[in-house]
Amino acid sequence: MNIPRAKGAELSRRDFLRSGAAVATTTLAPGVTLIAFGGSAAEAGTDAGKRWGLLIDANKCDADCSACVTACSDENGWKGTGNPETDAQWIRKVTLKNTTTGRETSLPVMCQHCEEPPCVDVCPTGASFKREDGIVLVDKHTCIGCRYCMMACPFKARSFVHEPTTNQKSHAPRGQGTVESCTLCVHRVDQGGTPACVEACAATGHGAIIFGNLKDPDSDISKQLAGYSSTALRPDLDLNPGVRYTNL
Amino acid sequence: MERTIYREIKATKAVWELAVILLGFIAAALGAFFYVEHHGHIVTGMTNQIVWGLPHVFAIFLIVAASGALNVASVASVFDQKIYKPMARLSALLAMALLIGGLAILVLDLGRPDRIIVAATTYNFNSIFAWNLILYTGFLAIVGAYLFVQMSIGIPYSVVRKVGFVAFIWRLALTTGTGSIFGWLVARPGYDAAIMAPLFIAMSFAFGLATFILVTATLCRLSGRVFGGKLIRRLGQLLAVFAAAVLYFSAIRHLTNLYTAEHAGFERFMLIDGGIITTLFWLGQVVIGGIIPILVIFHPSFGKTPAAPVVASALVVLGGLAHVYVIVIGGQAYPMELFPGYEVSSSFGDGQIANYRPSLPEVFLGLGGVAIALFATGLGAKILRILPTSLSDANVGQKP
Repeated sequence: MNIPRAKGAELSRRDFLRSGAAVATTTLAPGVTLIAFGGSAAEAGTDAGKRWGLLIDANKCDADCSACVTACSDENGWKGTGNPETDAQWIRKVTLKNTTTGRETSLPVMCQHCEEPPCVDVCPTGASFKREDGIVLVDKHTCIGCRYCMMACPFKARSFVHEPTTNQKSHAPRGQGTVESCTLCVHRVDQGGTPACVEACAATGHGAIIFGNLKDPDSDISKQLAGYSSTALRPDLDLNPGVRYTNL
Repeated sequence: MERTIYREIKATKAVWELAVILLGFIAAALGAFFYVEHHGHIVTGMTNQIVWGLPHVFAIFLIVAASGALNVASVASVFDQKIYKPMARLSALLAMALLIGGLAILVLDLGRPDRIIVAATTYNFNSIFAWNLILYTGFLAIVGAYLFVQMSIGIPYSVVRKVGFVAFIWRLALTTGTGSIFGWLVARPGYDAAIMAPLFIAMSFAFGLATFILVTATLCRLSGRVFGGKLIRRLGQLLAVFAAAVLYFSAIRHLTNLYTAEHAGFERFMLIDGGIITTLFWLGQVVIGGIIPILVIFHPSFGKTPAAPVVASALVVLGGLAHVYVIVIGGQAYPMELFPGYEVSSSFGDGQIANYRPSLPEVFLGLGGVAIALFATGLGAKILRILPTSLSDANVGQKP
C-alpha cells in the first residue's frame, strides 16, 4: 500500500485527506487490509522462500492444559457461546486412546496448512487461498459461505460463523456467514512474531509446539524434524501439511 | 394419427388455487431466508459438523431431477422415439424450472447470499463447484435454445435433433458434475468414490422421470386434457427400469465399501446402526423409492391401470428425497477418521456421530424451491404453447 509522502508546503488538502485515510487504514486495521485483500496484498508481503509450520510433541502436551486454545481465542477474538456444535473452534484439544494398548494422548488440532489444501481446490470463488509461504487463509471479502471447504477439509479445521460477531480484533476480521480457521497468527508472523498458541504453550513450560520455517535447515523445527520421527495427520492423502506431530 | 396441437392451459379456478398455494410456499421460503439471513445459521439445524442440511437435500434432489426431466425430450429428439415427441416441450420446460428451483435454494442458503455477484464473477477453475456453476448456466441456455427451436415455426427438425443432442450430452455432464461434488471429496468415508457420478446419473433418470410423470398428470388433469393410459404406462415401465438402475448402483457402491475393512465402520453406520439414516436408507431409499415402485408398475392387475405409474412416481420422489438425505446428511454425520486405531474425543465432535435436526426455516426453504420449480412450470404452460391439447393414445400411440 502506497502512503503519499507529505511534501511540506506543497501538500494539498486533497493529498492531506488521502494520506490521512491511508494512515488510518494501515494503523487501525492492518489485519483487515491484509486478509481482506487476500491473494494480492497479502501475498505481496509473503516470502516464497519460506514455509511456515508447526511441530507438535504429543508427549509434552498436558491433557489438562488448554493454554493454546485460550490464547488463540483471546488473540483472534473467537469464543464459545455454549453451543459447541455451532461455535467456532480454530484450535481444539483432541484426546486419543489407543484401542489396543489403552494409552491416552492429548494434542491440539488446527488448520494443518497443507501444501495441497483440499479447501483451496474446492472453493468456487478462490476465497480459500494459500500464501507463498504456505499459510492457508480465507479471504473474508470473497467467501460466499457455501461451506464446501468444510466438506473437503480432512481435519475438521474450519468453522462457519453461525451468529453475529462482536468485539472483533482488527487483525482477525470475522464475519457472520463466512468460514474461518487458524491463520497461523499471520498478523504476528508477518511482523516476525510467533503464533499465540506457540507462545502460550511455551509460557506454561510444556513447550509442546515449535514454530518455524520448514525450508530453513538451520531452524529449530527443521532440526527437530530431521532428528526425530514425526508424522502428518492423514498421511495417506499426501497433502504435505505444514503441521507435524511427534510421539503420537 | 392427428397432428399435435399445443395450447396454453386456461386459467381455471383450480389453476388459480394451485398458483396461490405455490406462491404461499414461495413466500414462506422468502420469510425463512430473511430470518436466517438476519439471525445467522444459528437458527437452523445446521452445525459445524452437518454443514449442509435439509435445504441442500431439496436443492440436490431438484438439480438431479432437472437433468432427468429432460430425458423425455432427449428420447424424442436424440433417439427418435416419436411417441415422446408431444411431451418434449414440457420436458424441456420442467428441466429448466427444476434447476432454477434447486439453484434458488442453494443461493438463498449461502452464508453471504448478497455476494452472489462474487460467485458469478470470480471463478476458481480447480473447483468442481465452479465448474457446476458453468454447467448449470449452460444447461439453462442450451435447454432454453432447445425449447425455442422446438417451438419455432419453420426450423427444420434436423436442427431440433442437433440441439437436442447437445442438450443430452450437457445434461450427462451436469449430473456427472453434481455427483462429483461428493465423489471428489477425498476426506470423507461416505463420499470419495467415482461411482457417485454414474449413481447420480441413474438417480437423475429416475427422479426426473417420476417428477415429469407427476407434473404432466397434474397439468393434464388441471386443464382437462387426456393423458393416454398406454403412454403413461410406457413411461411407468421406463421409470421401473430407472428405479432398478438406482438400486443397482447403490448396491455396487455399498458392496464395494463392505469389501474393504477401512469402510466397515461407515457401512455399519449406514446399513445397521445409523438410526434415522439407516431407516431412511432401507425403508425410504430401498423399499419406498425402489422395490415398491417396481412392484407397482409390474403388478399383474394394478400395474395395468393409469394410476400405477402415478403412484410409483410419487413413491420414487419420496424415496429419492430419502436417498439424497442419506447421502448428504449420512455422509457428514459419520465422523472423519483423523487418527486410525484410536478412540477420539474432543469438544468439536471428533469421533462422534453428529446429530442433525432440521429446523422449520430449512423445511420452508426446501419446499419453497420445489414451489418455485412447480410455479415456473405452471406459468410456462400457462403463457406458452407447451402442453398438447391431447396426449391420448390415439394421438401419440402410433408410429406414422
